[in-house]
Amino acid sequence: MATNLTVNGVSRSVPAEPDAPLLYVLRNDFELNGAKFGCGLAQCGACTVLVDGKAVRSCVTPISTVARSEITTIEGLGSLSKLHPLQQAFIDEQATQCGYCINGMIMSAKELLDRNPRPSEQDVRAALAGNLCRCGTHHRIIRAVLRAAQASGRTRT
Amino acid sequence: MNGPAFDRREFAIGLGAIVVAFSLDPRLARGQERLPGSLENNRRLDAWIRINAEGTATIFTGKVELGQGILTALAQIAAEELDLPLSRIEMISGDTGRTPNEGHTDGSRSIENSGTALRMAAAEVRAMLIDLAAKRLGATADQLTVAGGVIAAPDGRTVGYGGLAPAVDLRRETTAKVVPKTTSQYKLVGQSVQRLDIPAKVTGGAAYVQDIRLPGMLHGRVVHPPRSGAKLESIDEAAVKTMPGVVGLVRDGSFLGVITEREEQAIKARAALSGGARWSGGTELPNTDTIYEQLLSLRTVDTIASEKQGSVRPSRAHLVEATYRKPYLAHASIGPSCALAEFRDGKFTVWSHTQGVFPLRQDLAKSLQVEPVAIRCIFAEGAGCYGRNGHDDVALDAALLARAVPGRSVRVQWMRDDEFAWEPYGSAMVMKAQGAVADGRIVDWQYELWSGPHGVRPGAPDGSNLFASWNLAQPQKRPLARNIPLPAGGSDRNAIPSYDVSSYKIVNHFIPEMPVWVSSLRTLGAYANVFAVECFMDELASAAGADPVAFRLAHLSDPRARAVIEAIARKVGWTNSEMGDGVRGRGIGFARYKSLASYVAVVAEVEVDHGSGMVRVPRATAVVDAGLIINPDGLINQIEGGIIQSVSWTLKEEVRFEQGGVLARDWASYPILTMREAPIVDQPSKRTFARCGRSVAGTCGRRCRQRDR
Repeated sequence: MATNLTVNGVSRSVPAEPDAPLLYVLRNDFELNGAKFGCGLAQCGACTVLVDGKAVRSCVTPISTVARSEITTIEGLGSLSKLHPLQQAFIDEQATQCGYCINGMIMSAKELLDRNPRPSEQDVRAALAGNLCRCGTHHRIIRAVLRAAQASGRTRT
Repeated sequence: MNGPAFDRREFAIGLGAIVVAFSLDPRLARGQERLPGSLENNRRLDAWIRINAEGTATIFTGKVELGQGILTALAQIAAEELDLPLSRIEMISGDTGRTPNEGHTDGSRSIENSGTALRMAAAEVRAMLIDLAAKRLGATADQLTVAGGVIAAPDGRTVGYGGLAPAVDLRRETTAKVVPKTTSQYKLVGQSVQRLDIPAKVTGGAAYVQDIRLPGMLHGRVVHPPRSGAKLESIDEAAVKTMPGVVGLVRDGSFLGVITEREEQAIKARAALSGGARWSGGTELPNTDTIYEQLLSLRTVDTIASEKQGSVRPSRAHLVEATYRKPYLAHASIGPSCALAEFRDGKFTVWSHTQGVFPLRQDLAKSLQVEPVAIRCIFAEGAGCYGRNGHDDVALDAALLARAVPGRSVRVQWMRDDEFAWEPYGSAMVMKAQGAVADGRIVDWQYELWSGPHGVRPGAPDGSNLFASWNLAQPQKRPLARNIPLPAGGSDRNAIPSYDVSSYKIVNHFIPEMPVWVSSLRTLGAYANVFAVECFMDELASAAGADPVAFRLAHLSDPRARAVIEAIARKVGWTNSEMGDGVRGRGIGFARYKSLASYVAVVAEVEVDHGSGMVRVPRATAVVDAGLIINPDGLINQIEGGIIQSVSWTLKEEVRFEQGGVLARDWASYPILTMREAPIVDQPSKRTFARCGRSVAGTCGRRCRQRDR
């Protein structure tokens, strides 16, 4: 059984069952590290990716449901040599401790900034309420998202 | 940061305490000089540093990155002493094949021990390089200047470290005689340089053990027993073996696991295997409602942590009594434990996010019944662990599965319920305090605590502390649980108050055999003890009719302790005997971590919703005196994290049980603080928790002795 998927603009046929969660296919077939296994229950957000621009929990998303979609992972946002404003802001704010949740934070924030480029602190807290951080980096994460919004605003104007 | 103190003297005092703790080392009998920090047990220079032909330095440390930024801080120390830019330092960390054995990365000791070793070793290597350069340039050492790894003579001729690399022979013991830089000479140490690990973590780089992909790698999952000590009676092997991708089942005693080609296949196979497994017996778990009664009824080993007989209590003294309780808490790492293992030509390689590759190797060797030299343990970072979670146990799981498929590597990741149900928790505790005040002074302080062990880790001499090893057909013995000795302490960490009290007695009722598996969770017993001591200080202050800040200062003579309290009172504009308005209020807490490390004062704002009974901490402010600070932003990040995590522990967390099993299985049954609830942290504290108890009392007039569910 093979399913064709498009991730970060690259299409590939993967030898997985249609009900295989997208997370494992991204990690093991596409060899992308960004999306993380945290709970497998759509509770923590560590596995968040964008499917047609919407933040989804890849750990509970069967690949058969996204075969016709554009899937974007954190690797698709930017790279070390060309950082996305969110990635740059998380570095500038030193907004990680262990960093395991940060993929989900950045991907959820990406969805937020796409629909609300000038969020308030409360908007950021609400948008990331379903993403858990255990290290207690919450405040830095909020600051990083607000910083990225400001940086993007400057770029646009 | 309120006045970061660059004070070498204070740093040396900390080291003195460490030396005392190990003063029975047999080396002393052999007349060998004691060396500072981790040099003591790793004396060769080449154990720590290699100078490369490219003009770079490779630094080896036994301490590992847990998200606390330690590798960046250690790199700063090494770069500083070597006069190299940070970009020319390569860090190698936690590898039994390559790095020094520095035990576990725990107890906030990495800067003191590994940092000190690197500081001394790097200073010596720099001096050796200068001596070599002096010969080569025909100058004396004191005529030379060093910058950026280039040594220059007065006449302008230069030689780089790379050019000297073939000649510098580090294959000898350190003298530890070369004096390192003074704090006034520091250029890199004390700077908030950006963490080396963060760029990979925000771009999907290979940052974690979870990200390692080995050629031909298989995937494994394990089936944990329903209860500790339960015996596996039977499994439905046929149903699982025919499932897609299944390469093998491993059953060894009551250890059970499955190996598959693909990861999602392993998850399905685990579910099927678990469904068909029959278990018997095992230890009955406590009932959530009787946890504390049970703690008080278990066998204890009683010691007096500290005692002082003062004068007779005056008859006019006000007496105060209080009992405080702390539930079982989970480490609740965001990423469940993971390890990779490979068994090839009779040798194991294990990649693990353990806190100690050498102690882990020791317990793996016992469990796998091989010599330690037949195992190489390599550290790779995991999600933050905050102490001993499942990281060590999953390493044995992976090795047991890999042994069944020689030549193939196996990656095992625990599922979310594996982690919640089978990580060793932070022990529940009960603290009873009795005290008396007269004329504004504490005249008596009696304190007893009940707690299980906090230091149950691999590396014990008398058995193995890996979960699966107890369930094998040839099981390992569970080592006798020991309390970590004072002054740092385990269950009694921070049980002895830092306050000047004329008459006191601190009794530690240590419970060696617990009904629930427990181990090290951040700050060990200090979280509960500081909560109890600080709440009790407020109760005594109230009985004395005194302001909590003034009352603390009246009982503190240590100038550094006084300084952090005075600074926080100024910073938050504390007013004498301030009270909340019935909804919102503030409380102060103070601790000196481990009674020998950083001084911290925190003021927490607390809001009480009288309708729902919910307590919130919208803001916390901290002042810290951590002595010599390597990376101020790294410290602040840790302090912010410590405050937010402890607010989560205090307001929301508790592992609940029923007799059939652990009820904490996922984030719904073990909720933690969310992004909406996280307080704003103004300035940092060190491994203490925002003081909610006093704030609740100050806000609504009710004391907080146990968090209500």
